[in-house]
Amino acid sequence: MADPMRIRAQVAGSNATVRVLMNHEMETGQRKDAAGKVIPAWHISEVSASLNGKPVMTAEWGPAVSKNPFLQFTVKGAKAGDKVSVTWKDNKGESRTDEAVVS
Amino acid sequence: MAGLLASAGLYPVAAFAEFNKAAFEAKTLADVLKALKVTGAPTESKDVTLTAPDIAENGAVVPLAAATTLAGVKSMLLLVEKNPSALVAMFNITDSIDANVGTRAKMGQSSDVYAVAIMNDGKALFAKKEVKVTLGGCGG
Repeated sequence: MADPMRIRAQVAGSNATVRVLMNHEMETGQRKDAAGKVIPAWHISEVSASLNGKPVMTAEWGPAVSKNPFLQFTVKGAKAGDKVSVTWKDNKGESRTDEAVVS
Repeated sequence: MAGLLASAGLYPVAAFAEFNKAAFEAKTLADVLKALKVTGAPTESKDVTLTAPDIAENGAVVPLAAATTLAGVKSMLLLVEKNPSALVAMFNITDSIDANVGTRAKMGQSSDVYAVAIMNDGKALFAKKEVKVTLGGCGG
């Protein structure tokens, strides 16, 4: 099972900066194993973020995003105590959601 | 989830489009824009900012960020021209967040990197920067 994400959301003025570290292999589909067979691509393809349950951002990622991806974005008008949740889904259909409180 | 949110009227349907395979297999900026059905020709703009290192010692983790101060941004793209597929990531911007997103990308070799802002009116504005990737990772 996928490991939890690390999410930090900090107030900066009237906005909040959200930084997320996800745990994912992000296999590109370009590499070959010892037997010369291509290792199939396995990467996060969709990411979505919401503030207090209201979606604020979605993203689509290709296999070129680094292993254990980092994501940063700024949510307008978020204040301390608000809940930020981030969900990812990979191309094998696995997904994970984690939540953090803005501080 | 996409269907549920769309039917609840919380979010425009188009923004929750399925993973765009064609765009992520395209080799060039022009092909990516074509796959995303952007009709306007991309133009370089000072209002779009790409934050990237001059030299990346480790091509597996290159920090990239795209930002713009313009209003009416639909999505932000990050592209690495010489990767096997140019498009790295696509972010759908809503009114609730700043058009300022960052992530980390893999780069196979030194290449031009693009940050593209696709506007609501279909225009594509970009900023570009060359990033040199040092092989061997010893900073030489």
